[in-house]
Amino acid sequence: MELLSGAEMLVRSLRDEGVKYIYGYPGGAVLHIYDALFKEPSLTHILVRHEQAATHMADGYARATGKAGVVLVTSGPGATNAVTGIATAFMDSIPMVVISGQVPSDMVGTDAFQETDMIGISRPIVKHSFIIKHPSEIPDVVKKAFYLAESGRPGPVVIDVPKDMTNPIEKFEYSYPKKAKLRSYAPATRGHSGQIRKAAEMLLAAKRPVIYAGGGVILGGASAQLTEMAKLLNTPVTNTLMGLGCYPGDDRQFVGMLGMHGSYTANLTMHHCDVLVAVGARFDDRVINGAAKFCPNAKIIHIDIDPASISKTIKADIPIVGPVDSVLADMLAALKDIGTKPNQDVVASWWKQIDEWRGNGKMFPYDSGDGSIIKPQAVIETLCDVTAGNAFVTSDVGQHQMFAAQYYRFNKPNRWINSGGLGTMGFGFPAAMGVKLNFPDDDVACVTGEGSIQMNIQELSTCLQYDLPVKIINLNNGALGMVRQWQDMVYNSRYSHSYMESLPDFVKLAEAYGHVGMRITDLKDLKPKMEEAFAMKNRLVFLDIQVDTSEHVYPMQIRDGAMRDMWLSKTERT
Amino acid sequence: MRHIISLLMENEPGALSRVIGLFSQRNYNIESLTVATTEDPTLSRLTLTTIGREEVIEQITKNLNKLIEVVKLVDLSESAHIERELMLVKIKASGAQRAEIKRTADIFRGQIVDVSPSLYTVQLAGTTDKLDSFIQAIGPASILEVVRSGVTGIARGDKVLSL
Repeated sequence: MELLSGAEMLVRSLRDEGVKYIYGYPGGAVLHIYDALFKEPSLTHILVRHEQAATHMADGYARATGKAGVVLVTSGPGATNAVTGIATAFMDSIPMVVISGQVPSDMVGTDAFQETDMIGISRPIVKHSFIIKHPSEIPDVVKKAFYLAESGRPGPVVIDVPKDMTNPIEKFEYSYPKKAKLRSYAPATRGHSGQIRKAAEMLLAAKRPVIYAGGGVILGGASAQLTEMAKLLNTPVTNTLMGLGCYPGDDRQFVGMLGMHGSYTANLTMHHCDVLVAVGARFDDRVINGAAKFCPNAKIIHIDIDPASISKTIKADIPIVGPVDSVLADMLAALKDIGTKPNQDVVASWWKQIDEWRGNGKMFPYDSGDGSIIKPQAVIETLCDVTAGNAFVTSDVGQHQMFAAQYYRFNKPNRWINSGGLGTMGFGFPAAMGVKLNFPDDDVACVTGEGSIQMNIQELSTCLQYDLPVKIINLNNGALGMVRQWQDMVYNSRYSHSYMESLPDFVKLAEAYGHVGMRITDLKDLKPKMEEAFAMKNRLVFLDIQVDTSEHVYPMQIRDGAMRDMWLSKTERT
Repeated sequence: MRHIISLLMENEPGALSRVIGLFSQRNYNIESLTVATTEDPTLSRLTLTTIGREEVIEQITKNLNKLIEVVKLVDLSESAHIERELMLVKIKASGAQRAEIKRTADIFRGQIVDVSPSLYTVQLAGTTDKLDSFIQAIGPASILEVVRSGVTGIARGDKVLSL
């Protein structure tokens, strides 16, 4: 057996796990690891400009591929800068392995230089964490970390590595384990067959069923099974913000995103349903509006890998714990086995009602204005058009995020990448970089605003260094749009600290970092300039688009109401 | 309702902080907690009491089970069980009080484990209710110090919490 130091074992373990890219930033406590990395040609390290960006890059990669992204940061500030990114991944159940340096074991607890209790700080926002106690346990811990991060309900795992564990002088026998052994961890592998059968029977007897599918369908790779089941029963499908793309956005049975800024049709379909099938979704407060008035007539079937998600906010009538792909496959088998079809007249009358709600217009109608001022909605429609609906789209957080979710048609899973749970401004750009690095031939667009983009704008430098030609679609309305919208609606338009003064010249800024900047102020230039930007395959293009400041995101659910209670525009409500 | 949740977890540093962290993080209530290594040195047994609505208790047990270091868990209050708490009480005891305190301790099947000219230290084991009753019977004016271990427990009959 080969003799390696702790640092070499760590690097070798990552290689043997199949890792290609590591996102990170060096510092004192991880210098031994960086030295080992220098000698390992099969791992590519991406040097970010701020550790938060490293976590979001790893996160973007994970969301696009389902594999854990890997982050390497030093102790103290390196570790704490990574915290927002770890929390972002945790809230959306994204697999990630974060390796943080630590001061040497004998100095832990002495308030040493760049010491921080990373295990303590990260404890509430990780699926699990490890501290290395002896160098020889490194391969085993790395194996466990990846297994935990990627299996069951995925999530981030932190490995804290005191500097003495990576001492280059001390060598140990290295072998990378084939399997992780954890006696106390056994995620469900199949759903309960009796429950699945009951659910199938309930669905067949339903008069007004709806499928409410969330991010779990994407994480669990169950889009095909979900689509097949919806098609078999001719059931309407709505997606959460996290679930967009798990069911084809262009399909007739798709009624749009649901929730706070969901479509009129989706929210009404939910409110009036009699059987609700929740798949890989967690009845988030931004989805259900208020638990008291939520879907008053619905029997609820809830499929989720995490038992703690079931009956957390809304009680399930038929809970099914298991991986969504296998549960849905078993449900399809049960439906076929039972053999009966839903009553066609009942199905037709439900669809008649839904089509009435849907009308003939757009899923999300808006006032297109005078033809010269650019509406943010029009930017996303144009983006969808120019990229033929095939791009990876990442977003930051705020109005632009909702517009992207509403107006881009996602027909494939893993293409829509945003911070849904934590709502992290500054997420979109580094996430786009992580995607582009791993999918160099695909279009990758980051939809952002002038507020969010400035939270990680330093990464323009990283993009130059590693040649990451993403397209930045900056919906510049000169204000923190979503904050301003709430101030309009709730605080009598008192714009307390929601406008941005002294904005930089984004075009010059992009150019200063060696990229291409374009400003668009007139609607007629929107499409040609966007086409021009996407035609520049090898350049990062920063599109600074001046959009209407007064625009609001609609529909918007009315607080503590039912799913159907919404503002539809500044003056109309349901 | 009050529940006694007992669990086996990996005897590793950090495991206990995860259990406790869960309670503060999710705003669950924790009444008492006791933990010690078992006959298998790789495992610790932790027993806690909590009060909450049934839905909350369900979430507590689910989230505890989700912790990677928690190996096995049982809600003792769901079936017949034995519950014990240990208490040591320092009581002012002089003159006629001495005999009275001794009698009360006997009634509660407590033992006097330390004696000084002016006080008794009484050791008492039993349910939380019994311990509360003893304190009431003695009267708060005579009590100088109370230390309680927190509740621990075990299922009655053949049921065993082990690997």
